[in-house]
Amino acid sequence: MKDELKKRVIKGPDGFEFEVDPIQDYYCSEPPKAHPPAYVKIVEDLFNWARSESLWILGYGTGCGAIEMRPLMTPRFDAYRYGVQWRATPRQSNLFIISGYLSVKTLKRVIRSYEQMPSPKYVVGLGSCTINGGMYWDSYNTIKKLEEYLPVDLYIVGCMPRPEALLLGFENLKKIIRAGKAEGANQYAENFEWYKANQKKVIHDWDMPDYNW
Amino acid sequence: MAYQPDRSQYPVKKEDGTLDIDLTSGKYLKLWQGPQHPGITGNMSVELTVCGDEVVEGKTHVGYLHRGFEKLMERRTFIQCFPIVCRICVPEPDFNEYCYAAAIEELAGIEAPERAHWIRTLILEMGRFNSYMMYLGGQAGSLGLGVIGQWTTYVRDLMLDRFEELTGARIYHMFILPGGVRDGLPDGFEKRMEETLQEAERVLEDVHDVMFKNAVFRKRTIGVGYIDPALFEAYGVTGPNARAGGVCKDVRKDQPYLVYPELDFAPVVGEDSDMFTRADVRRRDTLMSIDLIRQLLSKMPSEGPVMTKLPNVLHWTIPRGETYIRGECSRGEYGYYLVTDGSGFPRRVNVRGPSYTHAVALLERLIVNTNIADVAALMVSLHTYPPEIER
Amino acid sequence: MHDLYAKLKDHFPLGPLTEQRADLSFFTVGREHLRSVMLHLRDQEGFSHLVLLTAVDWIEDGVFQLTYLLNNRAACQDLGVRVMLPRENTSMDTIHDIWPTAATYQRELREMFGIDFPESPGVNDEFILEGWTGIPPYRREFDTKAFSEENFTHREGRETHDPAEHMKKQLYPDGE
Repeated sequence: MKDELKKRVIKGPDGFEFEVDPIQDYYCSEPPKAHPPAYVKIVEDLFNWARSESLWILGYGTGCGAIEMRPLMTPRFDAYRYGVQWRATPRQSNLFIISGYLSVKTLKRVIRSYEQMPSPKYVVGLGSCTINGGMYWDSYNTIKKLEEYLPVDLYIVGCMPRPEALLLGFENLKKIIRAGKAEGANQYAENFEWYKANQKKVIHDWDMPDYNW
Repeated sequence: MAYQPDRSQYPVKKEDGTLDIDLTSGKYLKLWQGPQHPGITGNMSVELTVCGDEVVEGKTHVGYLHRGFEKLMERRTFIQCFPIVCRICVPEPDFNEYCYAAAIEELAGIEAPERAHWIRTLILEMGRFNSYMMYLGGQAGSLGLGVIGQWTTYVRDLMLDRFEELTGARIYHMFILPGGVRDGLPDGFEKRMEETLQEAERVLEDVHDVMFKNAVFRKRTIGVGYIDPALFEAYGVTGPNARAGGVCKDVRKDQPYLVYPELDFAPVVGEDSDMFTRADVRRRDTLMSIDLIRQLLSKMPSEGPVMTKLPNVLHWTIPRGETYIRGECSRGEYGYYLVTDGSGFPRRVNVRGPSYTHAVALLERLIVNTNIADVAALMVSLHTYPPEIER
Repeated sequence: MHDLYAKLKDHFPLGPLTEQRADLSFFTVGREHLRSVMLHLRDQEGFSHLVLLTAVDWIEDGVFQLTYLLNNRAACQDLGVRVMLPRENTSMDTIHDIWPTAATYQRELREMFGIDFPESPGVNDEFILEGWTGIPPYRREFDTKAFSEENFTHREGRETHDPAEHMKKQLYPDGE
């Protein structure tokens, strides 16, 4: 673990000493919880309709696919009319598009960004590299099967998928959300130990908490 | 005109050259401008140590896109490497195909026909146009002018349509192979390309009015991000970064390749080596690129073979040798160093991307004494694409 | 290129010259003379641009070949200087004071091949890989396919076809 992440005592500019534990400060004090649907079905349907019509993507282009996401936000393909926009921070977004391969170094940052997003959240795997490793299937630095590390709601095939394929993917994702089947975030909370074990197997430079304070 | 900061608050240099920064004193703050950040091009991160609003030290971290290309290519035969090779540089993939194909042709003793050279040059110039359009959008976006990105992405889309007509795919073409190119130009291509180029010129005029005459853009970029021309050779600065400082480095003129000796153009050079001049040099280079595409289409031979017959590619061995092929891509000098050992697999392929020298050592030197808000603009102004740094 | 080579041969012991193209040649030099050859080329012959510094692993001969590629823009010439080093406990003199950009290349070689450049700034910092605990990956004895199958879960159902077998069956379906 790096020095600046270890527990230590710091002296402030006014001479006051206090103890600091960065891992506990940066992260939430509890592991993620599963959110049950609303008590009345029609209210849950209304919520799901609202969530599906405002899919805000986190602005993180993790791989090659980011280059076909840019034309999507211009007037020619126009994802804005579907309610889809790019947001700058994880706190403001509810859709994470993993656009292509993930190297191990990026996987750690993706997990951190994903855990910062508020529930309910969805993950879309773009391209064939998220499905089975794609053409980097024998590489020592990319992951091969995305759903071992993050819960995925939809896959879009292609290398690169065209922007029209992405729009079709959004449409299918909306159908899944409205049917109440997009349970990725709850799946992550329920199988938290399993996901964490898989992540720890590939990320050797592990400096994220175990949520067992 | 270089910006002269007030150095009285600056940390002192120790004997070994590093700065005396005491992180526990409360005067310095460590910020991480990481991969998930709207102000970063591609996937790279910069670890900043700031004192107030001024950056005192910066360290670049790369490696978020490392797939181990050079190792993967050793496991694939020469022809199987082509789908992999174009994914090394995502926005301008044709340069990889050309350099790799030319290196194989040289070592295997294959000659591509004349018409293939013309089509290859056309594809490279179209790719250069696309890359510059992405740059203009990124540079304006990093300073807050978001509408430029919409216009330039629109024009880039039109050019991607032309690519789709010609090669069958929008982004990754796999069209340039050793021995030539896959196919000739489709019917009516020249007419549609002329329409695209006219639209591009119209948009570039608008961009010139809205971006380069904009008071905010000028105030934030003139005099900022100055690179001393004496550093160009020491830090390996090539391409528009060097040309904006008055040093005319253009591989298309210095060591011409393909059909550039037959085209009529003069490299674009600027005077002050700041962010504004770099953006202006690239804009004028785009106009020159449009002119080159017109020249190519008018002078291209309309008949002739486009591909020489290759030996059986599944049992193809190339005798032992090594070579280096370079070209001028939109960011600088792009090169492939290929070593073969007499078997059917390449022994070593090393990709020399221009961002390798620009984004690591040079950026760490330039980032000192900038404001936090200018860090993103500085990174974009060096036109770095991280995939080619860590391949 | 031959007169440049003859001029250099007066000052330093060099290996034979391989002329790849009219403007690109390679020759080998011993490791003790590399720094003086580089300084001579940069200051007196005008090769001011360091294009790349990379390594080739000749595992069957037991050597690493370091290639320093220099470029003289005024005379349009490229020169590749090769240095042969043993594969075990490799270390080499640094040239970061001649070209500051060489520090980046040397960092990558240290991480990917295991070639040490003592006194190069930041040479032991992690550059591309994070938390890597195996042998340097670009060495020939590192098998990337075996590593990937061991450490990452693959999706089942993948079928692999050898291209040569497939083409043989397609072209000669009756067997030949």
